[in-house]
Amino acid sequence: MQSLTARVFGTVLAILVLGGVLVAISILWNGRQAARQSYDRILFGAASDIAESIRIQQGAPLVDLPVSAFELLAQAPEDRIYYAILDPGREIITSVDPQQRIVPPPRSADPARFFDAELDGEPARFVQVTRRFTERDFSGAVDVIVGQTLRARQAMTTELMLNALLPMAAAGILLMAIAVLVVRSALRPLDALVSDLTGRDPYDLTPMPTDNLPRELQVMLGAMNRFMARLDGQVEAMRNLISDTAHQLRTPVAAIQIHAESATVETDGVSRRRALDRLLIRTRSLSKLLDQLLSRALVVHRTDSVARTPVDLREVALEVMERDDSLALAPETELRLVIGEEPVIVLADAFSLQEAARNLLGNALKYGKPPVSIGASQEGGEVILWVHDCGAGPAEGVIARLGDRFNRTAGSHENSTGIGLSIVTSVAAAFAGRVTMTQDETGFRAALVFPSARVPS
Amino acid sequence: MIRFLQAVLLLLPLTSPAPAQEAVTRFGDGETEILVRSTTDIGIFRPVMERFAELNPHLAISYEQWGSNALFDRSRDDCRGRGPQADAILSSAVQQMVWLANAACAHPHRSAATLALPATRRWRDELWGVTIEPAVIAYNKTLVKGDDIPRSRFALLDAMRNRPRFFRSRIATYDIAESGLGYLFAHSDSLEATTFGALLEGFSRVDAIATCCSAEIIAGVAEGRFVIAYNVLGSYILNSGAPEVGLIMPEDYTLLLSRAYMIPRGAAQKAEAIDFLEFLLTPEARSLLSRAGLFSELEVGETGLSGSALRFIPLSPTLLVARDANRRTLLLDFWNETFQRDVSP
Repeated sequence: MQSLTARVFGTVLAILVLGGVLVAISILWNGRQAARQSYDRILFGAASDIAESIRIQQGAPLVDLPVSAFELLAQAPEDRIYYAILDPGREIITSVDPQQRIVPPPRSADPARFFDAELDGEPARFVQVTRRFTERDFSGAVDVIVGQTLRARQAMTTELMLNALLPMAAAGILLMAIAVLVVRSALRPLDALVSDLTGRDPYDLTPMPTDNLPRELQVMLGAMNRFMARLDGQVEAMRNLISDTAHQLRTPVAAIQIHAESATVETDGVSRRRALDRLLIRTRSLSKLLDQLLSRALVVHRTDSVARTPVDLREVALEVMERDDSLALAPETELRLVIGEEPVIVLADAFSLQEAARNLLGNALKYGKPPVSIGASQEGGEVILWVHDCGAGPAEGVIARLGDRFNRTAGSHENSTGIGLSIVTSVAAAFAGRVTMTQDETGFRAALVFPSARVPS
Repeated sequence: MIRFLQAVLLLLPLTSPAPAQEAVTRFGDGETEILVRSTTDIGIFRPVMERFAELNPHLAISYEQWGSNALFDRSRDDCRGRGPQADAILSSAVQQMVWLANAACAHPHRSAATLALPATRRWRDELWGVTIEPAVIAYNKTLVKGDDIPRSRFALLDAMRNRPRFFRSRIATYDIAESGLGYLFAHSDSLEATTFGALLEGFSRVDAIATCCSAEIIAGVAEGRFVIAYNVLGSYILNSGAPEVGLIMPEDYTLLLSRAYMIPRGAAQKAEAIDFLEFLLTPEARSLLSRAGLFSELEVGETGLSGSALRFIPLSPTLLVARDANRRTLLLDFWNETFQRDVSP
């Protein structure tokens, strides 16, 4: 692939050359016209001069060839000359060489008829001028043919062309030089960028500075920075997942090990049974924890990598309510769905939203007071997916530390991992939304608030 | 009555109406043969040819001496493909040379030396004027003295008017019908219309003699048979070695002739012809020509002529007028008419 500079120069050069060729053709044509007109006038002048010198003597035309006519023709000093004066019967009265006949075009009404013919094998230009006599002893038309080779015309054409072309060529070179400077200066930021990229540590994913860059490059660099940020996020998420998993699993696995050991060691049947029960509870808890860890990893991954599509939050609420196995945890709880007629659309990933909603609902069912309701609504320019319960909500400190990855309070139930809320905040952040927690006399509401996406209906 | 003295060819024929070459002289005995046709008398031109042959030992040069009209006819026929062509032509009848070049019979050549020639001595890079010779009035020094010497055409006119008996049949000039050079001078004079008409009248009044040859005219002046000869090439007087013959460059205007050199298009040895041309343009050849009277370094102070009085007969297409048949008829008619009118008693 050729370089951008070469391409731009190639194009500029092509434009200049094309323009130059067009102008040169026009100059050549104009020069020819000018030379032709000038020398045609000289030819016509000489022919008229000769025609004037014809007089009738004793019933026959007599030509006293004027030197002035030839001095006029000698304005083209290097050109060969032809002349012939023909009587009405087209016989030569006098001529430069009676053995040489130049055949003129037929007579017409024009006073001067120009034509091209060869003169001794060299291209030449001729004019025929007719003078009509009506004398007592002679009447008829006498033709004067004067011709000249084309050297002076060609010289004049060349001179005119050079006079016009040389400044043009100089201008072309100047334009090219300016183009070089302009293209260089326009591409300089790109060069800087290239050298920056070349010198960059391959593990350095920090954004590149976009200040003082042309808009086009800012767009490109912006896209690249976004890409690098996503890559950075993914790497970060992976690192988090690993450390979270290690951190979260170490305690339950240790507990399970202890319970299992004590169950093995216990000889008393009752004690052994209790140990086994605890082992079971711990195992269930671990399973739940694993679910949540994976779910969070998945959500973090998806929010970065899955294309955003319009999602109806009402469907998310309905789906969560219907499918949520939390109901199984608390079958006695009253659960309501509060949705309207209008679709509540957000640009997001349905799976991530469901995960977030399920966690909010799970929390409400677990810690809140029934009745619990889940719903979606549009409020101004924002759409809201919320879960409401009639309890007092979590303590102030918990709200403040919302979203921390290891938010397991001392009072937390063993089933609680604190990961649930961090999923919620991750989802909110991923889709340009936020998490709000409000308390009033009716109870506690946790909500995901997103900017509304209007879909064309 | 005008008397046309028909030429009796002398030992030193200078121009001639003869239909073929008068003399062939050979120079050098190299293997490359070149043919030069010229109107210049070999007696005058010999030093130049000898020097050129000396410088180019590989050449065998044939120098043919021709009358101008015959040379022109021959060259024109050659150009039309009717015969073997000369390798170089040098003629004093420059109007004929211009005609040949105009008929595309010439081979072009350019060099620093040819480009250095003034515009009057070069045409189309096909014709080059290699000599400078004035057309002068010759007079017999013993018969015409002091204030009687006509220093201009006007003085000559006055002299003929004042002493018609003295000049009767003792003024000579070229027969323009026979001599290409004489015709060229007459044509050039005719462009100075008033003087020319008056001169012809004056000539006819004193029964001037139109004859063919420079040598004959000069010999006549030397012998005292002619008192004055009009429009004689100065070079011939200088070479005649006749101390009695004086030379006047007319002060009103003096025509300057430059013999034209041409390489025919069909020349077999163009390179050698070019060498010869280049040689003729060297300072060495110029001094040889000068010594032969063929190259007058004319300086205004020296000749007593004002610069504007020197009229070059330029190598230019205007000379085609001189070759025009109709124009020639008119001039000859005018020439003859004037004399004939005078014939009636």
